[in-house]
Amino acid sequence: MNYRSSVDIITEWDIVAARQLGRNEAKKAGFGTVDQARITTAISELARNIYLYAGKGRIEIERVTDDGMFGIKIVASDDGPGIQDLRKVMEDGYTTSGGLGAGMPGVKRLMDEFKVISEPGKGTTITATKWLH
Amino acid sequence: MPQEVGRQYKEIMKKYLESHSEEDLYVGQQFSRRFIEKEIAPEDVISIHKTAMIELHPELRNEVWDSFDFLIEMMIHYGLTLREHQSLIRKQEAIQIEMDVATKVQDTILKTKMPIVDGLDVGLVSQPARQMNGDYIYFLNGQNESSVAVADVIGKGIPAALCMSMIKYGMDGLENDNSNPRNVLEIINRIVEKSVDDSMFISMFYGKYDGENATFSYASAGHEPALHFNAKTGTFSELDAKGLLLGVKTDAVYEERSVMMQDGDFIAMMTDGVTETRTEEGFIEMEMIQEILAEVQDEPAQQMADHIYHKLAGLQNYRLSDDFTIVIFKKGTEKV
Repeated sequence: MNYRSSVDIITEWDIVAARQLGRNEAKKAGFGTVDQARITTAISELARNIYLYAGKGRIEIERVTDDGMFGIKIVASDDGPGIQDLRKVMEDGYTTSGGLGAGMPGVKRLMDEFKVISEPGKGTTITATKWLH
Repeated sequence: MPQEVGRQYKEIMKKYLESHSEEDLYVGQQFSRRFIEKEIAPEDVISIHKTAMIELHPELRNEVWDSFDFLIEMMIHYGLTLREHQSLIRKQEAIQIEMDVATKVQDTILKTKMPIVDGLDVGLVSQPARQMNGDYIYFLNGQNESSVAVADVIGKGIPAALCMSMIKYGMDGLENDNSNPRNVLEIINRIVEKSVDDSMFISMFYGKYDGENATFSYASAGHEPALHFNAKTGTFSELDAKGLLLGVKTDAVYEERSVMMQDGDFIAMMTDGVTETRTEEGFIEMEMIQEILAEVQDEPAQQMADHIYHKLAGLQNYRLSDDFTIVIFKKGTEKV
């Protein structure tokens, strides 16, 4: 019964499409303006990472329920080079893009739950969930 | 979102919108501390503001409300940066606690016993510039003789401090060996060369006082010369001996020299934190160190060391730019 939709990330414009999808879903799920912006930013960062480091991949957005709670789950997956040192990318102050990216710790902070599975040479799957409080 | 905070914010802003008074701005600013205390993110502050405005002035145009949404979007990364900052500060506090423990461990590991030899008065000051000391003093005490190693690891802080423990264990292994300054430096040099990173060098002065014939023999591995004060003539001479820094070459050879000590004579061994004391006018001169030592030549060795430390540290407002170490060997007269 879970509603699910996705955007393939191939060009930079797909990042915008993923953001749009995320914001619409967050709104429909009943999140307020600030949380909508947070969910959208998380999607934006994850999609950007795919675009910059894996070349292509996919963002899926799913409505989830758990024990009476409602929320939104983002799944970002790619078949890219994977993350060599997971501990390092989860550290504050570490951003490979050298830019102003929020990085993994940023995405983790924007959401309530965060999980990353990565295998060097095979790809990365990041799952992040935010619950309606 | 704590709704109570939102309500209070609205009341304070309402008053200001009516009064435009400095007093209400002051109240508002005091109130803003609560946002910080409660760790309310900047984007949430804007949301609180927007909610308050909708209640106070619902007649405003849509562009105004949309602009707040835009501003919220703008603030998300600010909020993240702020939280990252807070977490880095907590991390730093944790590192500081570890450093404090490490410093205590260092002090325990590197503890050395001041020598007790008839006729020899010893004074020592060693102050780190940062938390961990890169200068190292080690005394070796024998029957009627006392030796001291004054070492300076080029570089400061933690790497230098880690290096110290290696020297210490090298020296401990020496005790039954031939403890002539030349031999000691050759052995320590081999240990350092083998086990220390290529980028780390150590200078060391090794001096040995023999109470039997009141002779001070010494060798130096690229270290600052020591100063010998002749009480009879009231003059200083530099004690220097040829030798490479430790850790440069495995088979380095060290020159050994010696000097006789008369009653009232003293020898001051130091690191470059003493000789390269920097004041606003630049580095101090060697003569200045001699003058300061001469002022207190009649004091016990420890007072002399304390005196020169306070004089030179005072010149730098007690903000040392390098680790500061001085050891004084004084041939006692009636006092000892």
